[in-house]
Amino acid sequence: MDMGSFLHQFVQQLINGVSLGSIYALIALGYTMIYGIIKLINFAHGDIYMLGAYFGFVATTMLGLSFLPALVFAMAAAAVAGIVIERVAYRPMRNAPRIAILITAIGVSFFLEYGMILIATPQPRTFPAVFDATVYNVAGLVINSQQIVILGSALVLMAALTYIVNHTKAGKAMRAVSFDMDAAQLMGINIDKVISMTFALGSSLAAAAGVLVSIYYNSIDPLMGMMPGMKAFVAAVLGGIGIIPGAMLGGIIMGVVEAMVSGFFSSTFRDAAAFGILILILLYKPSGLLGKNIREKV
Amino acid sequence: MKKMRKVLSVACIGMLLATALTGCGGDKKGSGDTIKIGGNLEMTGGSASYGKSAQNGIKLAIDAANAKGGVLGKKIEFVVADNKSEAAEATNAMQKLIAQDKVIAVIGPNLSSASIAATSINTSAKVLAITPMGTNPNVTVDKDGKTKDFMFRACFIDPFQGTVMATFAKDKINAKNVAILVDNSSDYAKGLAQFFKEAFTKGGGKIVAEESYLQKDTDFKATLTKIKASNPDMIYVPGYYQEVGMIVKQAREMGLNVPMAGGDGWDSAKLPEIAGKAALNNTYFSSLYSPDDDSQLNKDFVAAYQKAYNEKPDVFAALAYDSALLVINAIKTANAVDTVKIKDAMAKTAGFSGVSGNVTFNAQHNPVKSAVIIEYKDGAQVFKTKINP
Repeated sequence: MDMGSFLHQFVQQLINGVSLGSIYALIALGYTMIYGIIKLINFAHGDIYMLGAYFGFVATTMLGLSFLPALVFAMAAAAVAGIVIERVAYRPMRNAPRIAILITAIGVSFFLEYGMILIATPQPRTFPAVFDATVYNVAGLVINSQQIVILGSALVLMAALTYIVNHTKAGKAMRAVSFDMDAAQLMGINIDKVISMTFALGSSLAAAAGVLVSIYYNSIDPLMGMMPGMKAFVAAVLGGIGIIPGAMLGGIIMGVVEAMVSGFFSSTFRDAAAFGILILILLYKPSGLLGKNIREKV
Repeated sequence: MKKMRKVLSVACIGMLLATALTGCGGDKKGSGDTIKIGGNLEMTGGSASYGKSAQNGIKLAIDAANAKGGVLGKKIEFVVADNKSEAAEATNAMQKLIAQDKVIAVIGPNLSSASIAATSINTSAKVLAITPMGTNPNVTVDKDGKTKDFMFRACFIDPFQGTVMATFAKDKINAKNVAILVDNSSDYAKGLAQFFKEAFTKGGGKIVAEESYLQKDTDFKATLTKIKASNPDMIYVPGYYQEVGMIVKQAREMGLNVPMAGGDGWDSAKLPEIAGKAALNNTYFSSLYSPDDDSQLNKDFVAAYQKAYNEKPDVFAALAYDSALLVINAIKTANAVDTVKIKDAMAKTAGFSGVSGNVTFNAQHNPVKSAVIIEYKDGAQVFKTKINP
């Protein structure tokens, strides 16, 4: 392969990787926020992404909504689902050992997956094309309008989240609870409310990712959340779990690495590379790329 | 007197053992008022549409036979077990059908990998299974080339599909450089790819790229970008419709507009929905059956199927229908509800006419029959050409 065509391929793979990575980033954000607040790895998060895709499906096919209203509908519905899940499954366990609540999360994950199989049958459904995919050809590089919409929506949502967390009163409360739950409570912050809000925000981001992916690949099924959920988890750990910019960075890196591995080596190694990253980061920088090494207080 | 007792009890135990053993042999199965035939089918999972069609086809054949009084004076009962389109579940389903439902023959699974996994169960129970659509050679033949006694198939084998598509690519598409994108998690897809490659390179063609993916993958852009850089005249994608649909869609979105071709895993009404009708233009697949076939037997079948289900039969329905007819025919020929005799009768089947062609089993339990090439035009399947063995 000569240099020109190599460079061309490289840039094309970068485009592919970033659009895939922005999806991982959206899901990873929810993981990271929930971990930041209650130190729970919410294994049901990938299934919230699936729920979001189904809410989007209901909105577009049964309610006949167009792209943006459907996206908002799915995000709102998933936010409610997130709040309910936290209220029913996690809140009663808040003072239980961490391992117990982790197992509960796995239980919730299975409940959502197989509950959806019961309701919607396990057969893949075709997601309606809510807008046409126009293909743009720029200097031999191919990019389509859906990739642009995905990337654009992801960036807007991430910007909105950053604003909420850093510049609003609710965001300040979230940061306070994340820093020290007991102290926050003593300062008069209603932690139940803050935790509910965190679940609502994280779940709505996952739902947005679910709707965007469904439009992009136009196929949804009840188990669609398993693999992206795992990959997003790796992305969150890679960036430093609990750190919001880390989740975005981790997601984009994961997407690009996957595209590069499939493009320049073999697609069979793609998943191995993704989980290889997890092992490496846990071995050499367990606090993640953007994490600080904090000695655990004994 | 004491001695007499001892002799008696020994005799009793001996008799008990004997009945128990014959019970294990399976000879007493189905001795009630009905004869049970099992379906080990894909009712859920990624290939669920195959299982649904197959179930429709089998029911049609069995209902028709029951309307004529059944077989050996008994009504036939059809029992379905779901194999969830997975090899491990297919093994469980086979176990359930034979041990719990006591069926005397099994139709299915449709998938090669599931058939290969499940056949050890029906072989050890001495009950025959016939896969309507498991086209991988290893379904009926083990690693040492020995025929599996209790495993049959109603379709032709992968070498033929791969070879047929290689001939078609060379003669009709004039392809010189072909890229292969294979489903690495399926024996079926790997079998097709291997024989396509052998036949195509033997005919002077070149394979410019060989890539693979796994079932449930959704993003193929990276791999397709790599394939595009190798400038193929055609892409051979021997996979199942779920991933194939996304591959075709994403390839067209990237401006990769060369002909694409595959095997009968492409045969699903879902494919045009997933890929999009326009994207699916200029694609071809090899298949065992076309509903447009003009034999009288097929016309009657299509009419009956349309009346019962309000849709045209697909290849899975047709081959499952033929499988059911073959099983019923074997039971009649055996003239006994004895699973071993039924297997022997099945192996001797010759010149049997089914809706997908005439069936004569060779020594490997493979039928010798013709193949069709079907083209997708604006989402509709159009019969392109027929290729004889």
